[in-house]
Amino acid sequence: MKYADEFRDKEIALGLAKAIRAAADPQKLYRFMEFCGGHTHAISRYGLEDMLPKNVRMIHGPGCPVCVLPAGRIDMAIRLAERPDVILCVYGDLMRVPGSQGASLLKAKARGADIRMVYSTIDAIRIAEDNPGREVVFFAIGFETTTPPTAVMIRLAEKKQLENFTVFCNHVLTPPAMQNILESPDIRNIGRVEIDGFVGPAHVSTIIGTAPYEFFAEEFGKPVVIAGFEPLDMMQAILMLVRQVNEDRHEVENQYSRAVNRDGNLRAKEEVSDIFELRDQFEWRGLGQVPYSGLKLKRAYAIYDAEVRFDMHELRVDDNPACECGAILRGVKKPVDCKLFGTVCTPETPMGSCMVSSEGACAAHWTYGRFRDHQQRRVS
Amino acid sequence: MKAYQRKLDIRNGCVDLSHGSGGRAMAQLISGLFHEAFGNEWLARGNDQSAFDVGAGRMVMTTDGYVVSPLFFPGGNIGSLAVHGTVNDIAMAGARPLYLSASFIIEEGFRFADLKMIAESMGEAARTAGVHIITGDTKVVERGKADGLFISTAGVGVVPHGLDLSAENARVGDRVLISGTLGDHGVAIMSKRQNLAFETEIVSDSAALYDLVAKMVEAGGRGIRLMRDPTRGGLAATLNEIAQQSDLGFHLREEAIPVKPGVAAACELLGLDPLHVANEGKLVAIVAPENAAAVLAAMRAHPLGRDAADIGEVVADDHHFVQMATSFGGGRIVDWLSGEQLPRIC
Repeated sequence: MKYADEFRDKEIALGLAKAIRAAADPQKLYRFMEFCGGHTHAISRYGLEDMLPKNVRMIHGPGCPVCVLPAGRIDMAIRLAERPDVILCVYGDLMRVPGSQGASLLKAKARGADIRMVYSTIDAIRIAEDNPGREVVFFAIGFETTTPPTAVMIRLAEKKQLENFTVFCNHVLTPPAMQNILESPDIRNIGRVEIDGFVGPAHVSTIIGTAPYEFFAEEFGKPVVIAGFEPLDMMQAILMLVRQVNEDRHEVENQYSRAVNRDGNLRAKEEVSDIFELRDQFEWRGLGQVPYSGLKLKRAYAIYDAEVRFDMHELRVDDNPACECGAILRGVKKPVDCKLFGTVCTPETPMGSCMVSSEGACAAHWTYGRFRDHQQRRVS
Repeated sequence: MKAYQRKLDIRNGCVDLSHGSGGRAMAQLISGLFHEAFGNEWLARGNDQSAFDVGAGRMVMTTDGYVVSPLFFPGGNIGSLAVHGTVNDIAMAGARPLYLSASFIIEEGFRFADLKMIAESMGEAARTAGVHIITGDTKVVERGKADGLFISTAGVGVVPHGLDLSAENARVGDRVLISGTLGDHGVAIMSKRQNLAFETEIVSDSAALYDLVAKMVEAGGRGIRLMRDPTRGGLAATLNEIAQQSDLGFHLREEAIPVKPGVAAACELLGLDPLHVANEGKLVAIVAPENAAAVLAAMRAHPLGRDAADIGEVVADDHHFVQMATSFGGGRIVDWLSGEQLPRIC
């Protein structure tokens, strides 16, 4: 497959694996967090762990928007979808995200709520046009990458003068979450987890550029390497991080230069800042309330804001107390450390967020990597 | 004197509730459209059932419902699929498929022209597969109560004594053979879905597999432990199923698994794994190592097995994992599909 196979070449991968082994100091531990679910998925899907030396470890971060969506927001969406006048349009991977008490959009749909899976924001606009007598709500979710399409959709709705169309906005921002992780007591005070560097987001960075990470590299003294989602991108980024650590550098480096520059996509950023503004805080599953980490529609666009039109109230739901998603998202624990992992919590019946999307740390480990747990057990 | 009956207006007419009511209109639909398309001596007798002789061997029976959407897709339609799916389930026992039943649940308003085309594809598929559709049923439901047309077929076949293909026959060291490229059917269907339409040259692989099976059995005999057709859930589901039933595991090599570039590209865009995507004209065979080369050669000599490949082996594994060496160099599990990938693929 053109434009993909080039980045999955076995020979080059073996060469990079050799270079990482040569560069990594056997006396040292290298612990890198890949922020994005896309990276987590690539690591698991291609079996990258098998190609890294034992002292280079990857910690799976919170960068899966589906995973970090709190149960309360799912409950809010379900309540909305239960209104007979509402058609709720959602991306497919949201359907099974657990709300409170085992609820999900999939189950709400089975009970009669009109919930439709869409593949793009344009589909939602089309549904609104086809159903003038119904209220069509788009469940907007995602990091900086998916926010511009939502902005474009609102512009389009404005142009078409659609009066039956609103957005339930759950867009979140990457840099505040990364900062939150580094400032969490586990990491900063207790020092339970050391993170020696970050593999920075791929698609998010095509929009926001590399500049927003410069603050971290400086403030927290951690190297950041922006990397693409292909497995060779990951291998090269890991090599770059190892070298930064060895040389005691903490810079923002850009491995994904074929798509990312320092300033990002100015047009997209402009569209987003025209329509959205920061929320004071937004709840992330696993991380709790993170200041200035979520977006909402500006007052000028309030007629497209589902939370305003339907007078939606914030619902708070506590996660299952046995669920370790929070600790896993911060890299404090591994999926196998959770009592629920693989017992009551599997991709078919996810209890916690990390098991929901294939980009979640637990789902990726369960789906692709769990054979290693047994290999290790057998050896020991 | 014979009562006058207006001919079915195939070009412009459509099914209404009277066509399912047991009256003259229904009789006309059945004889004018279905008998015409399926044409055989059993249907011609017009009984409520059909009797047939049973040859030597053990009978094999199976049933399947078809709800595919859209009804027409590149490489086939619900009619041909309803024949292929059922005869393949029979063939996976090494059995020769012989007779089918077909039951139609039709939504009022369904166009005769479409129904005729579907019935003719069924007839054609049955003739190619060497089976006869010898009994059937027609029901019509109100508008909105069925999405156009649902078909359900059941089939019987005969397997010679001594041939017993089953998961418990698998042994450590057996080879895993696949008859061709994976994911063609699923991608062909997805490319025509209303909210997903994309341009691709991929057509469904929907085909009857008995002829290929017969050649394989001829070449491999008792060395063939079992066969399955990897339909919904793809190869991943089929191998996980076999692993559990046989209390064994698998080691696959990703490099050896044939996938068309167009299918790989579509899966890449849609975030799917080709190993989870449905096939309707492929089979996976678990074969004793000493017979594998001969069976593979027989597969490759057949038009439906041109791209056949040896993709891995059966291993001992208490956890029943299907493991795979990725083409990138690492290892991973090939797990069951979780959740729904796409409803109504067949």
